[in-house]
Amino acid sequence: MGAMRHLSYLAVLAACLLGTAPLELFLGTRVYARPRRLLLTLLPVVLIFVAWDVYAIAAGHWSFDPRSITGVRLPGHLPLDELLFFLVVPVCAVLTLEAVRAVRGWPAGDEPGDEPAAVEEAGGADQVAEGRGTVGEPGGVQG
Amino acid sequence: MSYTVLAVLGVAAAVAADLWLLRTRLVTRRIFWVSYAIIVVFQLLSNGILTGFGIVVYDPGATTGLRIAYAPVEDLLFGFALVTHTLTWWVWWGRRLDRSLRRHPAPTNRRE
Repeated sequence: MGAMRHLSYLAVLAACLLGTAPLELFLGTRVYARPRRLLLTLLPVVLIFVAWDVYAIAAGHWSFDPRSITGVRLPGHLPLDELLFFLVVPVCAVLTLEAVRAVRGWPAGDEPGDEPAAVEEAGGADQVAEGRGTVGEPGGVQG
Repeated sequence: MSYTVLAVLGVAAAVAADLWLLRTRLVTRRIFWVSYAIIVVFQLLSNGILTGFGIVVYDPGATTGLRIAYAPVEDLLFGFALVTHTLTWWVWWGRRLDRSLRRHPAPTNRRE
């Protein structure tokens, strides 16, 4: 393995990105297509979870095999690989949510006009889901 | 604090942020739980690889010792908190950016 082994952690992250890429390409999730919203989402999440990670590393809750990570350490002994983890996993999570919405049309609470949320609160979630089914289909109108 | 305590607090904080702080109420929605059900499968897989190959090593003293697919159960809670908080912000920004979009309509540019 040698030098290649240092890419082990990054390889797992790359697999996550490659595995979810078809969602953006073929289901019209429009996650990468909305970079401002994505960055604003990632910012607080990265701050909070990197803080947790730095604390956990300092407290010895977990550590990393130096042979399996890049070796680049950021402030707080945070491996670069870990910082990327907190970017990749949230992106994959958002892609999954948007993929479910694209396929099923279920509301998430951010629909334009807020009508779906209002209807859902009145107990009509199923009707909303059916009503929005065509909207969320690939190539359909995306909010 | 042990990882176990922090993981439980992390889940509580993520749910509290969703319900009361940012009021996205995602945990009350079907789309959230179906998405999470899909995510957790791949999370167990990737986490299992990171832990099973010893890329990430846990201090036995910081966890309960219970493991699922090589990884400590605490990782499941950590992952839930991470995913829930991410989706909360995503929906929160979706509402906010959409609102500003309606105040300043730009029909030719639907990018937020």
